[in-house]
Amino acid sequence: MDPRASQPAFIPGAAELLAEVEAAESLLDQRGPAGAAAPAGGEEADLLAHFEAVIAADAKIEPRDWVPAGYRESLIRQIAQHAHSEIVGMQPESNWITRAPSLKRKAILLAKVQDEAGHGLYLYSVAESLGANRESLLTALHDGKQKYLNFINYPTLTWGDVGALAWLTDGAAVVNQVPLCRSSYGPYARAMVRVCKEESFHHRQGFDLLWTLSQGSPAQHTMAQEAVNRWWGPALAMFGPPHRDSTHSEKSMAWRIKRFTNDELRQRFVDITVPQAEILGLTLPDPALAWNSERGHYDFTPPDYEELKRVVAGNGPCNRQRLARRRQAHEQGEWVRAAAAAHAAKHSREDAA
Amino acid sequence: MSQTEWPLWEVFIRARRGLGHLHVGSLRAADTTMALQHARDLYTRRGEGVSIWVVPTDAIGASSPDEKDPLFDPAMDKVYRLPSYYRMPEGAERL
Repeated sequence: MDPRASQPAFIPGAAELLAEVEAAESLLDQRGPAGAAAPAGGEEADLLAHFEAVIAADAKIEPRDWVPAGYRESLIRQIAQHAHSEIVGMQPESNWITRAPSLKRKAILLAKVQDEAGHGLYLYSVAESLGANRESLLTALHDGKQKYLNFINYPTLTWGDVGALAWLTDGAAVVNQVPLCRSSYGPYARAMVRVCKEESFHHRQGFDLLWTLSQGSPAQHTMAQEAVNRWWGPALAMFGPPHRDSTHSEKSMAWRIKRFTNDELRQRFVDITVPQAEILGLTLPDPALAWNSERGHYDFTPPDYEELKRVVAGNGPCNRQRLARRRQAHEQGEWVRAAAAAHAAKHSREDAA
Repeated sequence: MSQTEWPLWEVFIRARRGLGHLHVGSLRAADTTMALQHARDLYTRRGEGVSIWVVPTDAIGASSPDEKDPLFDPAMDKVYRLPSYYRMPEGAERL
């Protein structure tokens, strides 16, 4: 039976998020306010005033515009962390490509993992437009100097985990990333429009996978439920520490790199996810989860921030394995990069002759 | 260990016939052939384009946004270039 036959037509909250991506995209196409006027002088104060005026007018900063050093550093840090998360994030899922239960699921997973590589590359490209060098970003990742998202350091124990990871952590990523489509840095905003549109496929295929398992045999339903139990905490923690403890949030919001606090985004994720879990016929592992009509939001237990700190610092269940495999892939790929460069050099000499 | 870094290329995609090529991002590749293949895999996985240009980033000449005398100034003070500069007498139509 085609599982799609009795599938719900839409996932609550998902259409609304995609509409926001499209709204952000059409804003990019419009002529921005105060866009073109170049700063008159080379004085730092003038340049800063111009930069602040562009931000205040909600226009975009573009490559080669003068920006304060802190703006550049914050963006590179955030974009690199995101790019690294995409690249290392291929691992928990690529593990399952050969073991996916059908040709259809293998093909879907392969496309998803290919997208993750693509997202990483869009983002490294954005970082390079800010003057960062790709090789040095990779070195910082390999040396543990730059981080990636917490959830990637948890194992995907069963096929159910592949679905729960996609539904919950890609769902959280979409909530986190949709506002970044309106980020003040133009190339980042444009890249995030692409990422969000593709991420929405990841989110939906995860929901579809879990829905199929949940409707299956009792053992399959249990597999789905246990996976959701494992991934709920890491997904909630993805939004980072609470706003009061967040090191970078305040400035990033003033510069309109970010638009909402970690807590606002986490709440939004919970509000979107609870009705989805009901449709899936699965429960979320939080006894405190309840609708609060006064606030107009769901109450929930915050994730374990101490665990988040430990995992980001390098002491999660899979950190060492993930990083070792990343380094190994890069090192073992060196001969390919060298061979292609040698081939290109040889042919450019032949062309010149 | 030694590290090889391929040169940077800028990628331009024509989304469909009738539109110009639009800059979509950059990538690293050893040569033109590889840059085109990577651009296809990276920027057109969902039929986003019908034509791709790849240009070595180094080969692009670009105006600087913070030049002392803004490059675009001469365009801004010649308002008579715009049709709205001319006041049309009443009854003058279709121009």
